[in-house]
Order: sequence, then structure tokens, then C-alpha cells
Amino acid sequence: MPADSETLDTVRSVTQSGYKWGFETDIEMDVAPKGLSADTIRLISERKQEPSWMLEWRLKAYQAWLAMEEPHWARVEHARIDYQDIHYYAAPKKKPGPKSLDEVDPELLRTYEKLGIPLKERAILAGVEGADQDGYVEGSGQIAVDAVFDSVSVATTFRATLSKVGVIFCPISEAIREYPDLVRQYIGSVVPVADNFFAALNSAVFTDGSFVFIPKGVRCPMELSTYFRMNARNTGQFERTLIIAEAGAHVSYLEGCTAPQRDENQLHAAVVELVAMDDATIKYSTVQNWYPGDAEGRGGIYNFVTKRGACLGARSKISWTQVETGSAITWKYPSCVLLGEDSVGEFYSVAVTNNRQQADTGTKMIHIGKGSRSTIIAKGISAGRSNNTYRGLVKVLPSAAGARNFTQCDSLLIGQECGAHTVPYIESRNRSAKIEHEATTSKIAEDQLFYCRQRGLSEEDAVNLIVNGFCKDVLKELPMEFAVEAQKLLAVSLEGSVG
Amino acid sequence: MLDIHGLTASIGGKAILKGIDLSVPAGEIHAIMGPNGSGKSTLGYVLAGREDHSVTGGTVTFEGRDMLSMEPEARAAAGLFLAFQAPIELPGVNNANFIRTALNAVRRAHGESELDAVQFLKLARAELKRLAMPDDMLKRNVNVGFSGGEKKRNEVLQMTLLRPRFAVLDETDSGLDIDALKIVADGVNALRGPEFSALVITHHQRLLDHLVPNRVHVLAGGRIVRSGGPELAKELEKSGYGAMLAEAA
Repeated sequence: MPADSETLDTVRSVTQSGYKWGFETDIEMDVAPKGLSADTIRLISERKQEPSWMLEWRLKAYQAWLAMEEPHWARVEHARIDYQDIHYYAAPKKKPGPKSLDEVDPELLRTYEKLGIPLKERAILAGVEGADQDGYVEGSGQIAVDAVFDSVSVATTFRATLSKVGVIFCPISEAIREYPDLVRQYIGSVVPVADNFFAALNSAVFTDGSFVFIPKGVRCPMELSTYFRMNARNTGQFERTLIIAEAGAHVSYLEGCTAPQRDENQLHAAVVELVAMDDATIKYSTVQNWYPGDAEGRGGIYNFVTKRGACLGARSKISWTQVETGSAITWKYPSCVLLGEDSVGEFYSVAVTNNRQQADTGTKMIHIGKGSRSTIIAKGISAGRSNNTYRGLVKVLPSAAGARNFTQCDSLLIGQECGAHTVPYIESRNRSAKIEHEATTSKIAEDQLFYCRQRGLSEEDAVNLIVNGFCKDVLKELPMEFAVEAQKLLAVSLEGSVG
Repeated sequence: MLDIHGLTASIGGKAILKGIDLSVPAGEIHAIMGPNGSGKSTLGYVLAGREDHSVTGGTVTFEGRDMLSMEPEARAAAGLFLAFQAPIELPGVNNANFIRTALNAVRRAHGESELDAVQFLKLARAELKRLAMPDDMLKRNVNVGFSGGEKKRNEVLQMTLLRPRFAVLDETDSGLDIDALKIVADGVNALRGPEFSALVITHHQRLLDHLVPNRVHVLAGGRIVRSGGPELAKELEKSGYGAMLAEAA
């Protein structure tokens, strides 16, 4: 893959070893007071102009959350989180749409520039009037972006092109107002409000996120993409994403994250729900690069995420691909509930931890449908004094005759002080099921490094080459432009991990 | 070109090289022969800068530069190439990409422009053709699943693409059939010229039939015990190391 050498180019071009995307945008914010109460939730619901059923749903989640306890079974450690010391709502102040990019807050444009968003897309994202009309964006790329700028989706692009084929791609707050029946039918159907502590919290206070609906038989004409940014100091991010693929529909969704550097821990508790009907395919790719904290782990983001897909239909397929390089703590298990006959679940993951980062991540594959199949390829890379845990559950219910799972967990250690742990749980209640599990742990061998250096590669370039090789099975699952980005991230994340 | 004086080295505290003196002038090919465990491979690794091989004394000068103070990659950039006796596997790393990355690292060090994938493939395919190697050599992962012979051929391919000024070939001919042997010899002969020198570590006269050396040195017990012309290799082939070692003692 030619992108391997791009990784090397990037390493060379990065002159500072600090967090590359550590910038913060200073724009006017509308911030709710700190703290969580029924009143906070009413305020969020009111600001979002939500129907009453939504508010009731949130309040139900809040009641459930009050009775729950923060989970501590994962192999991560953190100081107690004060849930009353968090702002649960922050939105850029809404003004009438600017007439051109000249009128847009230059700070916002600079942020887009740093994120590498093309100019025309920037105009759309910034809400320039008329910029999102079809034709204006022609030729500017094949990716539709729904930018979540802190808690509010500033704008959504490519909507007209998508709506022609009946695809709905919009902020979930808008979907709640515009498509209440769809949202009401599916929200919480995959991740119930009281599923877990963080999911309940999210259900109570989520401020925005994306909504995608692909109608029957439609192959989404472009990759759908969301940039998550966390900007306001002390603002927890509670994104909610809901993707529905009707029978025979096909969609690829990309989620990429960068965040500004900051000095206080920041909680992120997103919920993502995917629903796939007969013969539908949902491919969900994530490149996660939130601020991991400094070398001692101070100030990094806590990423406590619930992601789950339901393969409701026969032959439906849900594929999760994630490259996790950021966050101080990652607690994340994108899962598939394989209800449909012959449905397919996939999980491809690269999790990198360096310095003091902690990652406890993996997946759950719940086989219910006859002949359902799942594949898990998890690659953990640990460097510095970090801890990297793969935790995965493969569960086969009595109904899942002929179910199959293949799991491959590989850990790569760089240095002497890091840890890699593999915790697989396997429960099979059907004798005809076949479950395979392979696990390896290796170190980057001295002789591999020496071989590369003898050919002229620097030690850092050699590590990147070897790491990219190690992750290849996962990286090849990513859409091309994302794979390149992911390789750059791997290189930047492991800077200074050798020598 | 390469001057070694009084070189001593140890691995894990055990002395392996006990005072090597050797000069290889520009344009010459020297062969190193000797029984197993005499320090032949250690010499190659020490020249290339392997960190777990500690140099305890002596000097190595390469084109006037103190090579022992240079990092392995700097030695490579200066034009040193080591063909490994046991080439290393790099899982998931595409061979073409690996060689191109190495070539571009060396080109950068020389202030030359880098080759893009298309330019490199053109160059590499021509080289493969000349060495009678299959194209899929480039598509596979570095040495992963390669047979012993394929690994050795891959070393020769890397060498001819990187065009070093000084190559150390560590038993590159071991385990090869006669056709493969010719490929190795052809690879070295292709680079032969007034600006290229090589140190060829081998057990067998037959490689030296294709690759006639200017000098042959016999390494035993960490020292060079005898040096001579190409006829020395023939003598060894006939009478073995035993007689010579007894004589040297």
C-alpha cells in the first residue's frame, strides 16, 4: 500500500512532538450552567425545540441513571468524575446566516482549515447562505460532512444530492423535529435507555449527533462523514447517532475526531445505534484522535462510548472498523446483535496506547439468528507506560444453529513498561456453533529494527513501518482517505516511543 | 575504501573478534572463509552497527570516515549494505514499499529526489527481469513465507536496487542451488566497478568460481590467520581448514 510511505513522510514533516491537533477555537458560546438535574434536561429539550415525548424519554433515562452506579469492571483507573461539575449544554450562538465566507467568524474558518476541510465545504459548514445548494459543491469531493461543532451541528452538507435518492443525513436534533416517527421508533431500540450508566447519562442529556436513514434498496451515493470536535472547556460531549438502513440499503459512515488541547479531564459518553434490515449493510468507520493528555496523562479525554448495531434482517451486515489512538481513557465495545438469519457482524480494531493512556476496548457479538457469522480482528499496540486491554464477548444463543465466529487478537509491545491484556469471554449454547479464537503477543524485535536501519531507515521510521504492517488487516478495511489519515495518526501517536 | 585495524568485539561479554586487520581497496572483492564460529557473521554485524555487538577496540574507516561512531542508518546512507545470512521477516510490510522506503531514505541522505511509486516500480521490475526473479517478489510481505532461497534472492534484489558502495554478503550462497548461486553472483558482478567493493563471506569455492575475488582471507578464532589470492580458496576446498589451522598455530 503506498500509504505506508506517506506515514513516513508525515513523521518527517511533524517537527513538534506535542499533540498536533491541539488547538482551541474561541467563538461565542451559549453555555448552560454546570450540573445535572431534571431542569438541565428540560432546558436542553427546550433549546432543541423537542416534542414532549422526547423530553419524557430523556427524563426516564435520567431516573434510570440516578439509580445506577458508575461501572468499574474495566481495567482503567481514573479520579472520581463529578457529574455536577460539567456543563451539559454548549452551543455556538446562532446568528442569521452569513452571506459569504468573509462574514464568517475567522476563528471557525481557521479550525476548519486545521482540520483540512476543503474551502467549499467550509462555506457550507459555516452556514453561508446558498452554499449548500446543489451545484455549488459539485466536484468538491465525495464525502458528505455533518460537522458537530461542540454540541450543535453547525451545518450539513450534500443534503440536496442525498435527498434526491431519499437518503436522510442530518443532525439528530433536526431529525427529532422533522422525522419524529422514525426517530421515535428506533431511538433506544438497540441501546435501551438503562443499558448502562453512560448510555443512560447520554440518553438523558445528549445534545446532538447524526441521523442517517437509507431507504429500501438504496446504495448511499457517497461516504457519510462526521467531524466531532470538543471545544468548550468543561463541556461533556454527549453525542447520539442513529443510522437506519432499510432492506437492501447500503451505507458507509465515517467518524473522525480531533480535539483541542486542554488541562482538565473531559468526559465523552456517546451512544451510537445502528439498525440493518434484510440484506442491508452498514459500515461504520472511526478514526479517534482525542487529546490523550500529556506524558503523565494529565488533561486527556475520557471516552466512554456505547456503540451497538442490530442486524435485524436476514443477511444483513454491520461492520465496525476503528482506529483508536487518542483519549486518556477509552472504554468502548462496538457490538453487533445478530438477530437476522445469516446476518454478519464484523469488528476490526487498532487501539494504540502510549505514555499513560489506558484503553479497555473490544466488542460483543451476540449470535441469535441461524447461520449468523462474525469476525473480530483486534490489534493492540502498547508503548510507554500505557495499558491496553482487549475485552470481547462472543455469545451464541440456542437459536443460532450453525453460527460461526473467528477472533484474532494480536498485541504488539513497544518498550518494557507497557501492558497488553486479552480478556475473551466465550459463551456457546448451541452445539453446532463454531468459534475460533487466536491470540498473539509480540514485541518489535531488535533484529527487525536493525534490519530496517541497515537499509537506511531511521529507528522511528522503522517502528512506523512495522506497526503499519502489524495493523494492515484492519487498515485495509478503512476507506482509502481514512486509511491514510489513520496511518498518519499511528505515526504521530507513537512518536518518541523508541530510543 | 574500507580499512579495519585491530578490531575487537564481544557479544554478551564473550570476545568474538580478537583483532582484525583488513583493507579492502575500492573496486576489489574480498572473500572471507573460515570454520563455523570463527566470527565471520559477527564481523558483518559489527561493520553494520548492530547494537548488541559491542566493539571493544580498534578502528573501522570507510572512505576516510570513522564508521564505528555512525548509526546503522547513517552507515547505510554512506553506502554500506549487509546481505543477512538469515533475512528478517516483516509481517504486513509490502516488499516493494519497504525497498522504496529504504531507497528514498538513502536518496534523501544524498540530497537526491525521492522516487514515487511508479518510478520505483519501473526500476524494480527492470531489476527483477535482469535477475530472473518473478514479479510477485515485490507484492509479497518482506521475507514472510519466503523459502530460504527466495530470502537470499530478496537480499540480492535489495542490494542491486540500493546500489551500495560497499556490500557485505553473509553466506548469501548457503543453501542455494546452482541457478540461484548464479543470481547472487550476477547481482554482485552487476555492481562491480571501480567505485564498488564487497566482502563475501562464504563456505564454498563454487560461489567464487562465478565471483572471482581479488583476495581471500581465512578467519579462525576471531583473527585472520591467512590471506592470499583466489587460489587460496581452491586450496581450502581441497584440503579443508584443519591443515591450514594446524599450520597457522
